[in-house]
Parts: sequence; structure tokens; C-alpha cells
Amino acid sequence: MNADVSRAPDSSDSGYNFAYLDERTKRMIRRAILKAVAIPGYQVPFGSREMPLPYGWGTGGIQVTASIIGRDDVLKVIDQGADDTVNAVNIRRFFTRTTGIATTERTVEATVIQTRHRIPETPLQDHQIIVYQVPIPEPLAKLEPREAETKMMHGLAEYGLMHVKLYEDIARYGHISTTYDYPVMVDGRYLMAPSPIPKFDNPKMHMNPALQLFGAGREKRIYAVPPYTKVESLAFDDHPFEVQRWEQHCALCGAKDSFLDEVITDNDGGRMFICSDTDYCGQRRENLAAVPANVAEAKSA
Amino acid sequence: MSEQDQPILRVEALSKRYGDRLAVDQVSFDLWPGEVLAVVGESGSGKTTLLNCASARLLPDSGRVDFLTRHEGVVDVYRLSEAARRLLARTDWGYVHQNPADGLRMDVSAGANVGERLMALGERHYGRIRQEATQWLSRVEMQEDRIDESPATFSGGMRQRLQIARNLVTRPRLVFMDEPTSGLDVSVQAKLLDLLRTLTHQLHLASVIVTHDLAVARLLAHRMMVMKDGRVVEQGLTDQVLDDPQHPYTQLLVSSVLQP
Amino acid sequence: MSSTLSGTMGGAMSVTAAVQVRDLGKTFTLHNQGGAELAVLHGVSLEVRRGECVALDGPSGAGKSTLLKCIYGNYRTTQGSLIVGEGENAIDLATASARQQMAMRRTTVGYVSQFLRAIPRVSALDIVAEPLMEDANGDPDKLVAARRAAETLLLRLRIPVRLWSVPPATFSGGEQQRINIARGLIRPRPVLLLDEPTASLDADNRITVTAMINEAREQGAAIIGIFHDQRVRDSVATRVVNMADFK
Repeated sequence: MNADVSRAPDSSDSGYNFAYLDERTKRMIRRAILKAVAIPGYQVPFGSREMPLPYGWGTGGIQVTASIIGRDDVLKVIDQGADDTVNAVNIRRFFTRTTGIATTERTVEATVIQTRHRIPETPLQDHQIIVYQVPIPEPLAKLEPREAETKMMHGLAEYGLMHVKLYEDIARYGHISTTYDYPVMVDGRYLMAPSPIPKFDNPKMHMNPALQLFGAGREKRIYAVPPYTKVESLAFDDHPFEVQRWEQHCALCGAKDSFLDEVITDNDGGRMFICSDTDYCGQRRENLAAVPANVAEAKSA
Repeated sequence: MSEQDQPILRVEALSKRYGDRLAVDQVSFDLWPGEVLAVVGESGSGKTTLLNCASARLLPDSGRVDFLTRHEGVVDVYRLSEAARRLLARTDWGYVHQNPADGLRMDVSAGANVGERLMALGERHYGRIRQEATQWLSRVEMQEDRIDESPATFSGGMRQRLQIARNLVTRPRLVFMDEPTSGLDVSVQAKLLDLLRTLTHQLHLASVIVTHDLAVARLLAHRMMVMKDGRVVEQGLTDQVLDDPQHPYTQLLVSSVLQP
Repeated sequence: MSSTLSGTMGGAMSVTAAVQVRDLGKTFTLHNQGGAELAVLHGVSLEVRRGECVALDGPSGAGKSTLLKCIYGNYRTTQGSLIVGEGENAIDLATASARQQMAMRRTTVGYVSQFLRAIPRVSALDIVAEPLMEDANGDPDKLVAARRAAETLLLRLRIPVRLWSVPPATFSGGEQQRINIARGLIRPRPVLLLDEPTASLDADNRITVTAMINEAREQGAAIIGIFHDQRVRDSVATRVVNMADFK
């Protein structure tokens, strides 16, 4: 975003423009991004391109990243909080080959973070941009199949229907059972799907110093939450918004405040809870200068 | 002027054309608070098109619809902003579809169906929404313990009751109904008619009911209009039109029924 | 014709009689039978004041019921004028709007037909109380009072208490007729139209209904009725009008 991008560097594959997309496409996408930033939470249509990855693998996020990334940027890609899963590895390699820029697994070092399903535990800074991969950008889609109608609802801020969904949750399960892609109101105006991040991460979106961009490739939509914007999770007065909590600590780093994944360790029902954010977990372990916690001990805790 | 001195709905010279065919041709009528008007005629007479144009669901080619609001006097419905018109439609108006599936959300529970309008108006207290929904279920003679069931599991008659409750929860003063009882078994139909009659009465509802069934008009309506080829050929008090029909078409209609 | 009636268009007017029928004609045109015309009423003129009870006489087919239905607004007139009500409430049914006619039925004219049109699932008590309940506008005290008034009437008309909560569709002819009378008389109105109100009643009930009709007249109702029973007619009518006189 902040460098001369007229030629691909030596280390990248030749024959492709910098970051794969041609410059016209990038300009088109940047225009959509600017509009999205100007109208927080509003879904801006854009001419999504065919990418060398199938839909569902983050084509929307990739196009956004490709349009904003510059030679001096440092890219981090995570999938479910981890830098080393197939999706993350492939996208990172894609950008390495088409841009030659530096990549990192450290949240604090990254200038652009592309993510699927998580927001890093380490608080983001005001010089960072986080790009979310979004499968279904329309939060009302499951409730109201007619797109003309959902557009009208956004236009008129008629969002009662979203509460119908939350009502259903409580009626069925006694509490709001939506745990991911939990709907939010952006700046008191637009209802927005935060992408399939756990609701645990919703509070991180609120007044975040970083620019948050959302790309949906198949649905051809881009939307944004500018830095320091109010993001409120919907709820009822008598059933307020709550994030997930665990009785366990991270079995590796002992963190009590991070989002934990349950991992099956053997065929005998052995399992443990560990941080979903691998960088966060690793940093904690380094910083604590402690040996990895005894797994069995953590399990019994 | 007090509310009683003004029509709640005034439809003036409404016309709607589909291609070359004039579906509704210069139809006018006044509806007064608490009054039930039946619009009868056979399929293709334009009665449903008239209903949709009068209820702002279908833009007419010409004509005008005035509504007497609760607090802001008379408004020209088609000059309101889209937002204001939609707000009106989900607060002070109701619309009961012939097929309940068209007026319900079939994939959410009965309680959520009834509560939706309240949530749309900003009610954010689950307990209150549920309480209100429970009351309305009992008011339309549904078992309260079915509040969490999906309308997909309900019979046709129950679905129609649910649709009515969903409409009435905001206490509208005007309800449009399109053949609300056709498609139901005769015994179910009778119960539903009785419910509608009681509710319109108790809630002092003004209503425009489109029906091809003269017995429905007889039981529910104070006045009726007979439509043919997009025009009103006859109107008057319900018993007047049914007992002393003047127009050849009305006479044919009335004589075709065993006992209207 | 009284000068106050000329050029009236259903608006307020000053009239002394509760019902004024002038040169009334009623012809049925049967469009589906080659446009055949049935002239049932022709040149009917009649004035009825409050406190009067006019019995319509004449053979069947003379148009007695048709005249009552015209005065109630159930049938539309073909010719002439038909002014119902007094003072500001007077309207000419030949020109009145539907809304005026509805108001007239609510406040001015009661009609007891020969047959009860039962409403499914509505109890006998509520059918009788309904005219008063409509006036109550949801006021709970008035609703209670309406039901109490209905109970008084049902008691007097010897309808067994166990039937009060039952819809009258299954009642005997006589019971249905008494329900109908109670409904017609519960709300005192200046004009009362009675079509054979005692036809299927036993002697005791006939006497009761006769007394009730007289009470209504003494309280100031203008009554027009068809009474085939000579005894009833003699005891309620202050005047007999023969339909044949109009032909």
C-alpha cells in the first residue's frame, strides 16, 4: 500500500503483475474499499475476479489484500488462529510468489494480516490492517432470501428480523446459541456479519485502532470497519451479549484469557485445550521463559 | 374533526393496468374506523389487485390512497417515503394473505412470528416479547404451549390464526385480508370466521376483505362492493346487496349460491 | 308533501312523524330471467308517529314484508321517498349513504324478522346483548350492564337459563323467535319493525311479547308490524293499514 509496485521483485514468479491482480482491477477494488471505509458496515459490490483458488478458500480476502499490499508490507496469514494450516500456508505462499514481500507469523510485526475465522489475541495497532475472508457477507441472508428485500432493510435500517434469529436461539436453547458470525451493528447504523469469527472476538472489533476490511469473493462484496469505530453485538436487555469462557487454561502456555481449541491427542479420548492463536501462545511461552506446561497437569486442572 | 367523522382509508380513482388489460379501473371507496368492507367478485375481477394497490403493496398507475394516521392526521400513502410507508404497514396496518405461508416465516417458531413486529419496532426485552406473543396466541385460540413450534408443523387453520396474531400484535387499526378463509376445511373456516368477526369487533378494526365467498361477506362485512372486470358494479350494505341485488352480475352471483 | 321535505338529500331535516313513506314504489328487475319486472309496491304513502302501532294488513304477496324491508333499508326503493327518524336524525333512505343507513339501524330502527340469523358459536345471551354491547365501546361496566339487560329479557321470555350460553342455531322455532325479539327490543329505538313476531309462540309467550310491544309503544316507539294473529293485532295495533288500499 505504501511502495512502488510497478514491477515484480526478483524473488517472485515472473510473468505476473505485482500481487497477481492487474493494476486496473486493483484500482477498482481500492475504490470499493474507499467507499466501504466511508460507509462503515455497508456492503459495497465489486467486480470480483477469478482467482487461482476455489471460492471458499478466501478469494475475497486475497483480492482485498492484493489491492492494498505494497512492497514494504509485512504479511501475516492465519486460518483459525494458526499460521501453519493449509489455507494459511497456501495464501502466504501465493503472496510470496506474486510479490516477494516479507511475511511473518508474529502479529506485532505484520502490517497486513489476512484472517479466516479469528482476530489475533495480541491487540492490533493503528498502523495495521486486518483483512477478513467472508463467505456470506449478508447477515440477513438466512432469514430473508430475497436480496432486494435485504437491501431495502439495510437502506431503511429495518433490523428487527435479526433479533428474530436471536429470539429463536433463546426460545430453543435458553440462551443465544449463535457462537460465530455473531451479528453486530457498526457505528449504530449498519447491521454487519463479522465473518465466521467466534463471538469471543466480537469485542475486539469495537474501537479497534486497526483498519478492518472484509472481502467476499463469491458474493462480490467488500465492507469495512474504520479504525476506532463502534461495533456493538446485538442482544436482548434480559439476555445480554456474552463471550465464550472456558474452565480450562491453555495446556501449552497457561493463558486464561484466550480462545481455546479442543485438540484430540490420542485414540483413547485424550484431549487438551490449547490457544487457537498460535503466535500468541508461542510468544507467551517464550516470554514466560518457562518449559511447556505439563499436559497431564493442565488436563486435571 | 374527531376520528369518527373521517374515513380511516380513502381510495380515490385507483387504476392499475397489466399490459393492455385494465385490472382495476377508477375504483374509489371510503372506509370508516371499525368498518368491515367486503370486496367480492370472481377470479380476475380485479379485487386482489385493488387490495394490493390500496394497501401499498402494488403501485397503481393512477389514483390516490389517503390514510388517517393515529397522530399525524391524513397522509397520502403514495407520497410518504418508503420508510414511512413500510413503518405504517407493520404498525397501524395488517395484511392477511390467503396462503398463510406467504405471510409467515415458516422457518422460525410461532412465538418469533408473532414477536417480529415488536422487535422491528425496537422491543429488546425477550421476556416481554414472549409474554405478548403468548397472549396473542391465546387470543387467536391457539394453545400457548405451541409457542416454540414451527408453523410448518401446524394445520392450515392454525397457520391462519398465527398469521392473524402476527398482524394484530401491534394493534393495527386497519387490516387488509385476501381470501382469509378459502383453502380451509369448512368446519375450520367457520371457526376462523367467528374469530375474525370477534376480533374485528373487539379491536374496532377497519378491514377490507377480498373474498369470492358471499357467506364470508354476510358474516363479517358491514358493507360490500361487487367487482367485475376491474370496476365496481354495485355496492351497499351487505344485506342490501345480498338480499336485493340490482346489477345483473350481482344477481347472477347471488343466485348461484345455495344460501348466501 | 310537507314543505320541509322537498329536495332533501338524506341530510338533517325537521320531521314530525318517525316514519314518512311517500309514494313509495318497489319493483324487482330479474335480469337473469329476461329482465322480468315484479312491481311489488306502488304508490305507498304512510306516516307513523311515535306512540303509534300500525298493523299492516293484506293477503300474502301484497308487499307487507317488502315494505318493512324497505323501511329497514334491507331492500332499496325504486321510487318515492322514505324518511325515517326525527329531527336531525331523519334520513331519506332513497338517497342516504350506506354510513347513514348503518347509523340509522344502530340508533333509530329496530327490526325483528321472522327468522333468526344465528351466528356460529355466539351464545344466545351475547346475540341478545349485542346491540347494547356495540354501544359500550369496550367499557367493562357497560358490557356487564348489557349482559344483565339481556338476562332480564331472556328470563321474561322464559328461555331456560341452561340455554343462555348455547348458540341458538339448534333451538326450536319458538325459542329462536324469542331470542330474535329480545335482540330487537333490548335497545329502545324510536322505530320498531316487527314481522310476525309471535308466529311460532305458545299462548304464554304470546301474551308476554304482546305486553312487551305495548310497553315499547308506550315508551314512545313508532311501531309498524305484521301480525297475522288477530288477538295479537287487536291488542297491540292502534291503527290497521291495508296494503290493498295502495294499489
